[in-house]
Amino acid sequence: MSDLAARLAAGRGAIVRNQAFWGVIAIAALLAINVVADPGYLSVGYNGETGRLSGNLIDILRAAAPILMIAVGMCLVVATGGIDLSVGSIMVVAGAVSMELLRGMDGSAGNAALTLAIALGIATALGAVNGFLVSVVGLQPFISTLVMMLAGRGIAKVITGGQNTTADNDSFAWLANGYVVGVPVVFLLAIAIVALVWLLVRRSALGLMLEAIGMDSRASRLAGVKRRSLQLTVYSVSGLLAGIAGVFATASVMTVDVSRTGYQLELDAILAVVIGGTSLAGGKFSIGGAVIGGLLIATLDKTVVFLGIPASATPAFKAIVIVVLCLLQSERVRSLFRHRRALRAQSQKEAVAA
Amino acid sequence: MTVTTRPPTGSAPGPTPSRPSLADRLGARLSALPTVAALLIFVGMIIYGEAAYGRIVQFNTLSNLLVNNSHLIILAVGLTFVILTGGIDLSVGAVIAFSSVAGVMLSNAGWHPMAAVLVMVLIGSVLGLISGVLIQYFGVQPFIATLATMFLARGLASMLSTVPERLADDSAIRDLATQLKIIDGEKVNDLVITPGVVAAIVIVVLGFLVLHRTRFGRTVYAIGGSEQSATLMGLPVPATKLGIYVISGTLAGIAAVVYTSRLGSAQNITGIGWELDAIAAVVIGGTLLTGGTGFVLGSVVGALVLGLMNVLITRDGGIRPEMTTIITGGILLVFVILQRVLARRRSETG
Repeated sequence: MSDLAARLAAGRGAIVRNQAFWGVIAIAALLAINVVADPGYLSVGYNGETGRLSGNLIDILRAAAPILMIAVGMCLVVATGGIDLSVGSIMVVAGAVSMELLRGMDGSAGNAALTLAIALGIATALGAVNGFLVSVVGLQPFISTLVMMLAGRGIAKVITGGQNTTADNDSFAWLANGYVVGVPVVFLLAIAIVALVWLLVRRSALGLMLEAIGMDSRASRLAGVKRRSLQLTVYSVSGLLAGIAGVFATASVMTVDVSRTGYQLELDAILAVVIGGTSLAGGKFSIGGAVIGGLLIATLDKTVVFLGIPASATPAFKAIVIVVLCLLQSERVRSLFRHRRALRAQSQKEAVAA
Repeated sequence: MTVTTRPPTGSAPGPTPSRPSLADRLGARLSALPTVAALLIFVGMIIYGEAAYGRIVQFNTLSNLLVNNSHLIILAVGLTFVILTGGIDLSVGAVIAFSSVAGVMLSNAGWHPMAAVLVMVLIGSVLGLISGVLIQYFGVQPFIATLATMFLARGLASMLSTVPERLADDSAIRDLATQLKIIDGEKVNDLVITPGVVAAIVIVVLGFLVLHRTRFGRTVYAIGGSEQSATLMGLPVPATKLGIYVISGTLAGIAAVVYTSRLGSAQNITGIGWELDAIAAVVIGGTLLTGGTGFVLGSVVGALVLGLMNVLITRDGGIRPEMTTIITGGILLVFVILQRVLARRRSETG
């Protein structure tokens, strides 16, 4: 009996120590706040005519899709002990490329596919440049991707000539605005891609190798991990995922805003990864955690708007989330809790003895 | 403390600095090379600008360069301290936004200008202290902790106001941007400085003295070299780490005063991306992001390189403004590759 209780307590401890658990709690808390503000917040409507689900929850899922993409890419990069500050800029490059191409084409599905391929190819190439600078030239990831972040937005502006380009293509817009069995395509795609990445890294030794590089790059090389090609791959994948996020973000309005699309989203991605319990020091990662982190950020963004707080004040709430989650993770706060619990246990024992 | 009877060796710590060996001196030269290179490129840019566009080497262009970049120089000095310890401070741009919006609103609400300026600087110090406490006492990584402060400051600034807040025309804070003629040249070609420039110069000198002539400065370098070794040597690591983030925040507050006085208005979106400009200035100036190597004066040169680049791009006229960030990125890349070549002997990171 006490054995079971101990095991339960240990299990509970493991869950509580898992940072992603606190992310779920935070999402639930935010949704609860919204329900208090409007009891009908959680209701999901079904339109029988169009066969679409609608409601605030569906909106959150749609908003989460681009963040999920860049968060998963960031997660892999962070696992190798790196960081990718350029994802926001790569997003806008992918958006600018696709809008510029689509503007000069007719709205056929073939053109949409071609555009998609070119935009994602360019995004991957930009990611590969990051990877080259980090793995072959040996620059620090922070600086290499900072260069790409500065240059990327410039490249996007050059592509569109500084304009916010608008285009028209129903197939391309369907990627972001369409529905399959009532659920937004964009969210289904995002989940499918996340699942694919998860299978690739967790059902093969790939994930372990990435973690090995993040733990000790020299030791991993001695153990036979091909550091260079893996880093090149990981930054390219991050670029590709950022490109997909850029397509999602621009296809929903079919406009690229060269100075605002993807702006500072790298910070959201890093935040999502950290909320999910992946340490920026590298050496371990959790894709599930990054997904929860991404959902939390999307929920937070939508909640702030829903409550009528100016969207520009959103960062302050993100700051609160970061600080609270980091404090919960910190040894000092944990030992404080442990200490209090021990004290309580002791006082109970004394009470029994008396 | 144990008393040794052995004669002091070259690397032994002692009350008087022992004569450095040849290798040590060469090492010191090597670490200064990127800074020297930055200086050379700065001079090269001036010469090129003078040859290609003219009117660069004259009083008003050069003094405008200082006047327009004094806030960036102040930020770069603060970030030099942080980066020397191997940390990072992403919050400085947002701190400027919050501090300047708050300062302008207080001043317009009838506060004494001195009090408003003091509050602006203190806002920086407090936000820096928050970052420092999170990093030092709660084990949060500098990137994340200062990201939190950045979001906090930006959010608070947006809660105060989302429209440009204009400083009253007769406000004494504007006096901080009064142009004082040092040399009266012909027509508009005067050598002018503003109190803001004086503040920047004083801060640079103080930063240099603190880093190279005080125990605090040596501890900063030691932490960047190896935090563990610094702790084992009995250096006051926690206090120093807390101190550098307070310094960085305070300098961001001062930069806010300098910038606001020059511009005469403040907005919640002021200073977006300035932390990256300041980091770029520090890196161009030869400070390694891994910490332990670098100079305040290098960061000043880095800030001036960035400023001069903007001047040259404006002068050229043929370069489209969209290209600016690409060129900034390119210059940054050239400098870090240069550093990489020079610093091969440092162990690889990542």
